[in-house]
Amino acid sequence: MTTHRDAKGRPLVAVTGLGVVTSLGQGKETNWQALTAGKSGIHRIDRFPTEGLKTSIGGTVDFLFDGSFTAPQLSEKLATLAAEEAVGQSGIGTAGDFPGELFMAVPPVEMEWPQKQELAQSIDGAVDYDSLLRAAATHKYSKMHELFVFGGVADHIADRFGTKGSPISLSTACSSGATAIQMGVEAIRRGDTQAALCIGTDGSIHAEALIRFSLLSALSTQNDSPESAAKPFSKNRDGFVMGEGAGALVLEDYDHALARGATILGIVAGCGERGDGFHRTRSSPDGKPAILAMQDALADAGLTPDDVDYINAHGTSTPENDKMEAMSCAAVFGERMPSLPISSNKSMIGHTLTAAGAVEAVISFLTIANGTIPPTINYVNPDPAIALDVVPNEARKAKVKTIISNSFGFGGQNTCLVLTAPPEAA
Amino acid sequence: MNRRDVVITGIGIASSLGEGLETHAAALAAGGPPVVDTESFKPYPLHPLAALELDKQIPKKSDQRQMEPWQRLGVYAAGLALDSAGLKEDAEAKSALQVIVAAGGGERDHAVDAAILEGLRGANEPGAFLNERLMGDLRPTLFLAQLSNLLAGNIAIVHGVTGPSRTFMGEEQAGVDAIRTAHARIASGQSDLMLVGGAYNAERRDMLLLFELGGYLHRDDFRPVFERESAPGLITGSAGAFLVLESAERAAARGAKAHAKLKHAGAARSRREAGTVQSALTTLLGGFGPIAGDALAISAATGCSGVTAEEAAAIAATAPTAKRTATGDLVGHGVEAAFPVSVALAAIALSAGQAREAIVTGAGHWRGEGAAHLVQA
Repeated sequence: MTTHRDAKGRPLVAVTGLGVVTSLGQGKETNWQALTAGKSGIHRIDRFPTEGLKTSIGGTVDFLFDGSFTAPQLSEKLATLAAEEAVGQSGIGTAGDFPGELFMAVPPVEMEWPQKQELAQSIDGAVDYDSLLRAAATHKYSKMHELFVFGGVADHIADRFGTKGSPISLSTACSSGATAIQMGVEAIRRGDTQAALCIGTDGSIHAEALIRFSLLSALSTQNDSPESAAKPFSKNRDGFVMGEGAGALVLEDYDHALARGATILGIVAGCGERGDGFHRTRSSPDGKPAILAMQDALADAGLTPDDVDYINAHGTSTPENDKMEAMSCAAVFGERMPSLPISSNKSMIGHTLTAAGAVEAVISFLTIANGTIPPTINYVNPDPAIALDVVPNEARKAKVKTIISNSFGFGGQNTCLVLTAPPEAA
Repeated sequence: MNRRDVVITGIGIASSLGEGLETHAAALAAGGPPVVDTESFKPYPLHPLAALELDKQIPKKSDQRQMEPWQRLGVYAAGLALDSAGLKEDAEAKSALQVIVAAGGGERDHAVDAAILEGLRGANEPGAFLNERLMGDLRPTLFLAQLSNLLAGNIAIVHGVTGPSRTFMGEEQAGVDAIRTAHARIASGQSDLMLVGGAYNAERRDMLLLFELGGYLHRDDFRPVFERESAPGLITGSAGAFLVLESAERAAARGAKAHAKLKHAGAARSRREAGTVQSALTTLLGGFGPIAGDALAISAATGCSGVTAEEAAAIAATAPTAKRTATGDLVGHGVEAAFPVSVALAAIALSAGQAREAIVTGAGHWRGEGAAHLVQA
């Protein structure tokens, strides 16, 4: 059998399955139709009371549970649905027996207010952590332990899909989904595994999570018209809109996929990552880490900036990110930048946080497959300081073979992926 | 891919015993005694962090203020590791240094939580009450002190490590997978230099609460890890450890002292039925090849029911004459940091000439098994 290797002599990493859930709906078909129609999934939050909050909108996923649920339960459900779609499309393994490792971007979890209140209800006298501990010591609430351990969601997914080895639960803040993909790529390149299930999931919009971002002034407060609140690259952008969702990808050694006759949907050709020691929440003003991450990803793929047809932006709609990203792209792509399409999926689905890198990678492969670039919606008031072709408001037909997908996060996390069409179409 | 030798050129450790290689080498040689506080969190004993001169590793008070104790401990231990490896002032190396952190999260503002819970009991509109209190009482920067990946972020800011970082979560197994992944990246040639470790602050009731919900805590007095059958459970300890892992070639080229060679690191996820932990650990250890009769066996065992005895059985089956030391008997159980601390202790023992070879094992309190194999460099 022929062995295919990339320019650096490593196994090619193919994508053979994709799955996605966002506030626009469940599955690739539903999401793709909405994304190319320029629909917004952002709405008023009714999951919890928003009285007294500066932000009362979000891209919550509200169609999966009837009753109440916790962030880890929704995150697990979203991941399960996305992974079922991806594994189903890939046709790899058998049900409950995925022949590879699991890399999962999961939101940090902790005990939530309803569960603390449940404990508090059983307490006579003052409520403090000592009395909560006494309530816990009755062991009547033992299920809460498994619900709120950090490794719980990935453990359940590993059980359900029968992935091999020790599942990784990771966080690189808002670039987590991209990091999950990168870790799958690296494991396949090392020969540790021939397949990897890479998932980014986030179902953590609850009052405290929203308030935390709100206190950092990171969120849009344009509550009156939820659908137009996320407006990346616009002059009047005022923060991101929290979103929920999950993206799942089946990555596979290209030769392994060919040997079993799988349909190759694309290649994860390169990954780049850089840290940033500038500030806890702000990126280096010179954009250097983002620039280097993009350049590293291209170099890892053995490609040059001229090979890139489209940029799937991080594009959060915060004043700082969009400016920094535009400047960094200009530095990497030079004179091409004003005419190189760059759009932000977040204009429609909000910022799916931990899931974003994976959700947007899935959408990027759909972009390649369909020859259509989803738009940046709500682009009615362009920021003159950022001269970009943001594919404003309407989807555009285009032959797209190579995409760079950007993810940047709090804590100086910068991760860029180079995603390409399957080799025979390239 | 070609497997390259991986050496440990930097060790940073801080715990209830104090900080640094000498302190912990002495404790390893003497077998204790541990520092135990049975009063502050009664009925739960724990091992409190020794007083650290934070300024030595985190010079800016503004940086110290923006972190919670687990982050400060981790940044401190990471700084010790960089010093130990001779990389603290090497800006070029730090710009390429890749970081993997095993982290939990937290920490809650206990007073705010208690006041809100108290108020919620009598609130007519609990949702609006919760919003109002959280908007008013949460410090904006507390979020950043809670975010799991901000330990790595603070290492970047405080120590100028601008290479990329990844944060693994998932209790004990996060520490196992961090060491495993860092080792695999260097062994396979994907990286030359990694900083890997974790930190855990045991002195917090929010984490005790999580463990007590599941019935995983030992009560009252300290008891050695492998002697808790009648009263099983965790005795947690504040501890942080970071290691600089380096390809042997890179270390030799810069004349760096190698404390130990990290030959293998592996992880498993057993079903947690009777015997599965023993089987998983025995398989991992069996993959390391023959273990010398006089090897050291450092165990990150939790003291929890069943799994601790299975871990002991796996060690006894693989290395029956090895000198077994439980990390928990020296510094307590450090959850995400437990495995990195245990590997650090093994490397310290080898570096100090206390043994020529060491194995490290650990079965998490709920999920995950890991093992590592070190030899003298």
